[in-house]
Amino acid sequence: MKSLATTRIRRAVSAAVLATTAGMVHASSMPARWQLNMGEGVTETARNAYRMHMIALWVCVVIGVIVFGAMAYAMFKFRKSKGAVAAQWSHNTKAEVIWTVIPILILVVMAWPATQMLVKQADTSNPVLTVKVTGYQWKWRYEYVDYEGKPTGVNFVSKLDAESDKTRQLKSGLDPHAVKVGDEATYLLNVDKPLVLPTNAKIRFVVTADDVIHAWWVPALGWKTDAIPDIINDAWTLIEQPGTYRGQCAELCGQDHGFMPIVVEAKPKAEFDRWLAAQQAAATPATAPAAPAPAAAPQG
Amino acid sequence: MATHAAAGHHADHHDDHDHKPQGFWDRWVFTTNHKDIGTLYLVFAFIMFCIGGAMSGVIRAELMTPGLQFVDPGFFNQMTTVHALVMIFGGVMPAFVGLANWMIPLQIGAPDMALPRMNNWSFWIMPFAFTVLLCTLFLPGGAPAGGWTLYPPLSLQGGSSVAFAIFAIHMMGISSIMGAINIIATILNMRAPGMDLLKMPLFVWTWLITAFLLIAVMPVLAGAVTMLLTDKFFGTSFFNAAGGGDPVMFQHIFWFFGHPEVYIMILPAFGVVSEIIPTFARKPLFGYQAMVYATASIAFLSFIVWAHHMFTVGMPLGGELFFMYATMMIAVPTGVKVFNWVSTMWKGSMTFETPMLWAIGFVILFTIGGFSGLMLAIVPADFQYHDTYFVVAHFHYVLVTGALFSIIAAVYYWWPKWTGRMYSEKWGKFHFWWTIVFVNLLFFPQHFLGLAGMPRRIPDYNVAFADWNLISSIGAFGMLCTPVFMFLILWHSKKHGAAATQQVWEGAHGLEWTVPSPAPHHTFTEPPVIRAQDLAHGDPTH
Amino acid sequence: MATAEGKHIYYVPHGSKWPAVGTIGLFTTMIGAANWLNEVSWGKPAFYVGVAILLFMMWGWFGDVIRESIKGMYNSQVDVSFRMGMMWFIFSEIMFFAAFFGALFYARMYSVPWLGGEGDGALTNFYLHQGYAPAWPTNGPEAVGGAFQTIPAWGVPLLNTLILLTSGVTITIAHHALRAGHRKQLLVFLGLTVALGALFLYYQAEEYIEAYQHLNLTLGSGVYGSTFFMLTGFHGLHVTLGTIMLLIIWFRCLKGHFSKDHHFGFEAVAWYWHFVDVVWLGLFMFVYVL
Ligand code: HEA
Ligand code: HEA
Ligand code: CUA
Ligand SMILES: [Cu+2]
Repeated sequence: MKSLATTRIRRAVSAAVLATTAGMVHASSMPARWQLNMGEGVTETARNAYRMHMIALWVCVVIGVIVFGAMAYAMFKFRKSKGAVAAQWSHNTKAEVIWTVIPILILVVMAWPATQMLVKQADTSNPVLTVKVTGYQWKWRYEYVDYEGKPTGVNFVSKLDAESDKTRQLKSGLDPHAVKVGDEATYLLNVDKPLVLPTNAKIRFVVTADDVIHAWWVPALGWKTDAIPDIINDAWTLIEQPGTYRGQCAELCGQDHGFMPIVVEAKPKAEFDRWLAAQQAAATPATAPAAPAPAAAPQG
Repeated sequence: MATHAAAGHHADHHDDHDHKPQGFWDRWVFTTNHKDIGTLYLVFAFIMFCIGGAMSGVIRAELMTPGLQFVDPGFFNQMTTVHALVMIFGGVMPAFVGLANWMIPLQIGAPDMALPRMNNWSFWIMPFAFTVLLCTLFLPGGAPAGGWTLYPPLSLQGGSSVAFAIFAIHMMGISSIMGAINIIATILNMRAPGMDLLKMPLFVWTWLITAFLLIAVMPVLAGAVTMLLTDKFFGTSFFNAAGGGDPVMFQHIFWFFGHPEVYIMILPAFGVVSEIIPTFARKPLFGYQAMVYATASIAFLSFIVWAHHMFTVGMPLGGELFFMYATMMIAVPTGVKVFNWVSTMWKGSMTFETPMLWAIGFVILFTIGGFSGLMLAIVPADFQYHDTYFVVAHFHYVLVTGALFSIIAAVYYWWPKWTGRMYSEKWGKFHFWWTIVFVNLLFFPQHFLGLAGMPRRIPDYNVAFADWNLISSIGAFGMLCTPVFMFLILWHSKKHGAAATQQVWEGAHGLEWTVPSPAPHHTFTEPPVIRAQDLAHGDPTH
Repeated sequence: MATAEGKHIYYVPHGSKWPAVGTIGLFTTMIGAANWLNEVSWGKPAFYVGVAILLFMMWGWFGDVIRESIKGMYNSQVDVSFRMGMMWFIFSEIMFFAAFFGALFYARMYSVPWLGGEGDGALTNFYLHQGYAPAWPTNGPEAVGGAFQTIPAWGVPLLNTLILLTSGVTITIAHHALRAGHRKQLLVFLGLTVALGALFLYYQAEEYIEAYQHLNLTLGSGVYGSTFFMLTGFHGLHVTLGTIMLLIIWFRCLKGHFSKDHHFGFEAVAWYWHFVDVVWLGLFMFVYVL
């Protein structure tokens, strides 16, 4: 009979493995219980983040093993109780030069790929779809500004789903574990109306806010960017797999900061087109917001 | 050199200089004595640590399991905000100033601080500043809840607390600046003849540089919060893009203060550890001069890395790259320090009394915190880490197992000198091991939470985060016992501890160990004659 | 460096009640100000009571220092401590102004151009502030505070620049006079400095009145008004304090407190005055001219 502890550890390990090999067909970005590491995500950006994270992690682990190993050895070997007599030297120029230069080299090796990734990521030009994201206390508005060169007029608000909202009230007595979509426990990670996006298309986000600063973050996409009132920040993504990707507001924005999740549903192009057309049909009678002519939108 | 110390009783040109003032008010409120003021600072810091700790207890209780059990989200945010302000401005900084007050005059052979009356003022402003801050908890609308970073526009949404918090910060700033001026003047002007700059103990050196940082950045914080104040009450548009300003501008100004601020909280810690390790390794500090230069380089670099807290605000690419490179550079001088500590232990003759245990704990756990700092510096990865518990884990490793550990180490190290009594080694070690277990339970899992995607500053979370949060909370409750342990250990020592010798520790060097234990109320009223063998550093062998 | 020159031992004062008085004064001032801003009725009077306590504290504290100094309790080492204290205090003031200059530069070099669509701000301008062209002065895309005019640099501000520069000269002459022992010259030139400081303040007050009454330039005039009044206002506050300090020093000269080579009080105020002067030059350049 396995002890509780072993099952837990096993679960932790398998969860970690699961998280790193996540999703082949319909990917999900739900955090796993006992998850230990960053997920790899479903975009190149996310993989880059993961790669830099792993490089840095291993560099630190190796340096840590060397430094702490030396310390442990010293503490074991050079203790007074074992009769160690203290040496009196206090310099060694050669050693000092070495441990100044080697870290510099290590840092350069890490900075190099990081720079390349950043340069690539800064380029938001030539998107297929532009989505304007606006943060409010405490919900998000999504405007499909233009798609394949045409304005769409689709525009809606997305906020915490009702079930989570009921459960999260102080002393509600409701069980957060019971909030589920299918077999996923989506407590606080589900919305009433998700952001639907096409896969394999470059999507540009223009992000802003209406009251205070928020930050738009879906871990599986690999970045977050602040939503700042009266300012636009831009970012892009190219989602490689259809799926449901969940995230949260990542900048303190007041009392319900913890309760403004983000859900992205990525669909293959054809499906997305159908979805968009349906939305447009539904929205036509309503007044479309005065979205500025997209053709003129700067590409920078 | 007991002769000098004992020479407290010499022909002074005042009347009652030789004895402690007797009355409470004379002794503690009107005092100009650096030792008493140091004690006041340390007692104050201890109380603040307990208050800030209690608030973290509220945070961790709420986060123990998913769902909201104890407090509403607004109050949770107040706890987070005030916890940080209390710990940083009320705990760590005053504790280090207290240590500076006690030890710098003793370590450089000065009769007192350079400006003793101002010294008193610096201290007494602090309790009142925190009265102003903490009274907001009882105002309608409660305490500030926008995070300790006070980002507008959110921070301006606070009710009546905004003005109180800002004025409290002004008061803390005034206190810190005066304290820092005093420390600089003391170090530069009050050293005993022969105590050359490059013979000063490292604790003194790190404080000299820290004091410079304080004077350079506390006024900038004052300016930043003043602009917040006018934006809220006088219609200015500094942080309002509609009027041509920019909310991000606040973040730049704040972090121009904020990043040097974190080194203000760690440089004196480096100093403390650089005193303790040589003592218990019975071997001179390795690379004394390199340590001084490394400290100076860290201080210099700290002025040009601030925007690494802002990688996601939408800076131009060039800015992101510059701040990434500059930040990564800090690992180099910090590494020099770590390597020097290890080299000091190498071929030493070590014993592991309580202060040494804390110092070793510091070196290992601070380095782990530094490693996560380095990871945060890498922009593509920080796009994921930013504003998650990974950051929370990082800064608690550097602040709690860094700054706080060094403060505790320093208190155990110098306590016998202050009081003339030894504490119980057994219980001191118990305190250490207990803390090591619980502090790691508390903060290590937060790395996992952050990587799995848990944002910081949230009162509730998805059930997938439940397990590590529970463990973290258990760690927190263990940690909350530690101030009680420390209080009892020190109380017991004060009442029943064995008498301490003058040198206290076999391997201790430095002027402070040449005066009796407890250190007389006045020391070095005449500058001591400095002999090479009394010096902690400064190379008798070179 | 500490030298035990015979009996010249570093002066460590007795306990003093002035810091405690100062603390109570500061606390009352701050609590008063906060309540005043929150429109609590006793806030304003409390603020003034606090300021009064602070003034009382300064009177008493400096009085003690002056008496001790006259009694010869301070040796040269104490003098150095005071000098360092003053120098680093001025440095902290420089950094305080640096925050506001930083805000000005940031607004002019980054936030306003970005809002206007330059550089990285193209999308911000396109989506949120179309039609807003970056320029300085500005009150932002939403013209916060309404249209306003600015104070031309070459009128009163130039005059004020000349006034302050002259006052820098007069105080130096006064200092030389003090060192040379020319008492009358000292009093005249120090008095002139005080007068110039007051004149500066007079003109600045005129300028503010003009701005508020005729130019619609106020603290609320977007980022231009904010930086303009914040910088000139805090500078003006420093000139006010400096002028008061000069006046006190003038009376102390009149009483003969200072000797040829022992007059740190005078020098500290002179340093402070020069600092205020230099800040003004920065202001004149960056707030008015450019
Ligand atoms: C005492 C306080 C302290 C200290 C010392 C540090 C030290 C460092 N910090 Fe940390 N930091 C904080 C306190 C501190 N920090 C706080 C409070 C925050 C959060 C604020 C908030 O948002 O509320 C923060 C946040 C923070 C961020 C922002 C994260 C985010 O919000 O996204 C970053 C990013 O770069 C960062 C980086 C660093 C780095 C690179 C160091 C370096 O100085 C570390 C250097 C040390 C080492 C690297 C280890 C030893 C070195 C070696 C053994 C040599 C060899 C090593 C290598 C070559 C890898 N810190
Ligand atoms: C030095 C600073 C410091 C210290 C010591 C601590 C200590 C602790 N912190 Fe905190 N913390 C911060 C600085 C600090 N923290 C900051 C800056 C933030 C960010 C706030 C923000 O987001 O705005 C934060 C945020 C923060 C969070 C995240 C909140 C959120 O994002 O929602 C959490 C959650 O677990 C937490 C928990 C704890 C816990 C359990 C401790 C425990 O370690 C507490 C137990 C310790 C003690 C009770 C004190 C022991 C002291 C002694 C034994 C005294 C010795 C001294 C003398 C003798 C003089 N802290
Ligand atoms: Cu929106 Cu946090
Ligand atoms: Cu930093």
